Amino acid sequence: MTVAPNGRSRRDVVAVKPCPDCGACIAPATIRANDGLCPECNHHYRIGATERLRQLLDLGSFEEWDRDLRSTDPLEFVDLVPYVERLAEAHRKTNLHEAVVTGAGTVLGNQVGLAVMDFGYVGGSMGQVVGERVARAMERSAARTMPFVAVTASGGARMQEGILSLMQMAKTSIARSRLAEVPVAYISVLTDPTMGGVMASFAASADVILAEPGATIGFAGARVITQATHEEVPPRFQTSEFMLEHGFVDAVVPRKELRASLGRLLSLYPVPRSAAAHAEARA
Amino acid sequence: MNTWATVELARHEARPYALDYIASLTEDFVELHGDRDGGDDRAVVGGPARMDGRTIMIIAHQKGRTLEERQFRNYGMAHPEGYRKAMRLMRQAERFGMPVLALIDTPGAYPGVGAELSGQAWAISQSLIVQSDLRVPIVSVVIGEGGSGGALALALGDRVLIMEHSIYSVASPEACAAITWRDAGKKQEAAEALRLTSADALELGVVDEVIPEPVPAHLDPEGAARRLAEAVGRHLEELSHFSLERLLGSRYWRFRRPI
Repeated sequence: MTVAPNGRSRRDVVAVKPCPDCGACIAPATIRANDGLCPECNHHYRIGATERLRQLLDLGSFEEWDRDLRSTDPLEFVDLVPYVERLAEAHRKTNLHEAVVTGAGTVLGNQVGLAVMDFGYVGGSMGQVVGERVARAMERSAARTMPFVAVTASGGARMQEGILSLMQMAKTSIARSRLAEVPVAYISVLTDPTMGGVMASFAASADVILAEPGATIGFAGARVITQATHEEVPPRFQTSEFMLEHGFVDAVVPRKELRASLGRLLSLYPVPRSAAAHAEARA
Repeated sequence: MNTWATVELARHEARPYALDYIASLTEDFVELHGDRDGGDDRAVVGGPARMDGRTIMIIAHQKGRTLEERQFRNYGMAHPEGYRKAMRLMRQAERFGMPVLALIDTPGAYPGVGAELSGQAWAISQSLIVQSDLRVPIVSVVIGEGGSGGALALALGDRVLIMEHSIYSVASPEACAAITWRDAGKKQEAAEALRLTSADALELGVVDEVIPEPVPAHLDPEGAARRLAEAVGRHLEELSHFSLERLLGSRYWRFRRPI
């Protein structure tokens, strides 16, 4: 990215697009400084995993897990461009090494395990590394008796890892059962968009499902539905608010309130004392 | 054989479907209907049956052969009601200690407005959760098309088998071509790239065994049914000796194994 003389990136200078909701032309830097929200109408722009963690976690509390797990190219997949080039491009764009960042941190003092997805990395698609990081994070949270929070943003399974991507739906679902065994609370936060294989696996199996306003949430996308069935898609179809009305999410929570909502929920669900804590109490 | 020919064989309209196999593999199959929540999905069939002297619970995708049948079965594409019926039967099997046999043959879960309104993603997710800790053995067999999440929803089995001329894929070649090539016409290229044949599934560790079809099943349905029965019977027998702890532990690591 080129940098303009005033220190802002060239992208900031040229890419002022009107807000999709209200049409206001706001500088990207202004939107970024406002948590990725339109200052005029509160439209929720997509934000990356790093920014999300900054917004949700207590300062300096994040400990990242499995940073070194990197995608390989198990099928040697080539479509319009080789898969390895798509991965390299995704890294350049997001500075991440996969579409999910996992780790531990505290939200208003509550210890949690986390998986935060980034739509900017190959559309947040779930391949082997995403599935493995999520499963390990769930297992570690269960072992440390910490509640688990997943912030999802995904178009679905990653085509370029084929059937191995499909298996990540099974992997994350079966790992989720470890959280239920303890039990520790599992809260998912659906952000724009959460579709396909991620929605149909760990995103939907949380104890509490929150959604950001205006996010697109569902299994099959509207375009696929129209192509396959020639059905008319109703207005507001697959929005967070629509899914709330139909009983599939517990609450629609504006981004500015998300940290407080998570903090309150986490404080309400009992956390069993870990074996270590028991030992400490006895000593 | 090129990969596209395999896709066409897996989808061949004369290929035996679940109810054909159920008729030749089992005795006294009684089909149970309904999800007890307002719907019955005809793309998913199920119920108890006898096989080798033991009662098993069968859950299967069902396609249709004639145009009328295909429409009746919604081309084997399940709605959430189908997965909810499947979960109801899994829970019932667990209560009575019956092993579950799942026969998979679907292009995918139905992508329609109604299916979304009744929670397609939630139903598939829940079906995976139910199988995660189901306390009876599960044997899943891909008998034709193993398409996407709609197929996986019945395939979190202790053993996952596949008939030789079947496919198992994250997406149909048409959908994959539309997504990655941005051109559904590239379906043959996508079919190659996806590694969706039974041999690929075995090599990638996704299935435990390929059930051979020396001639494609539609040319020798009896032979195909015999080989399927032999394989399923053998795996059910092995699993019947597992303690509950071993059963659930090995299922966990079958799907959880690290990359």
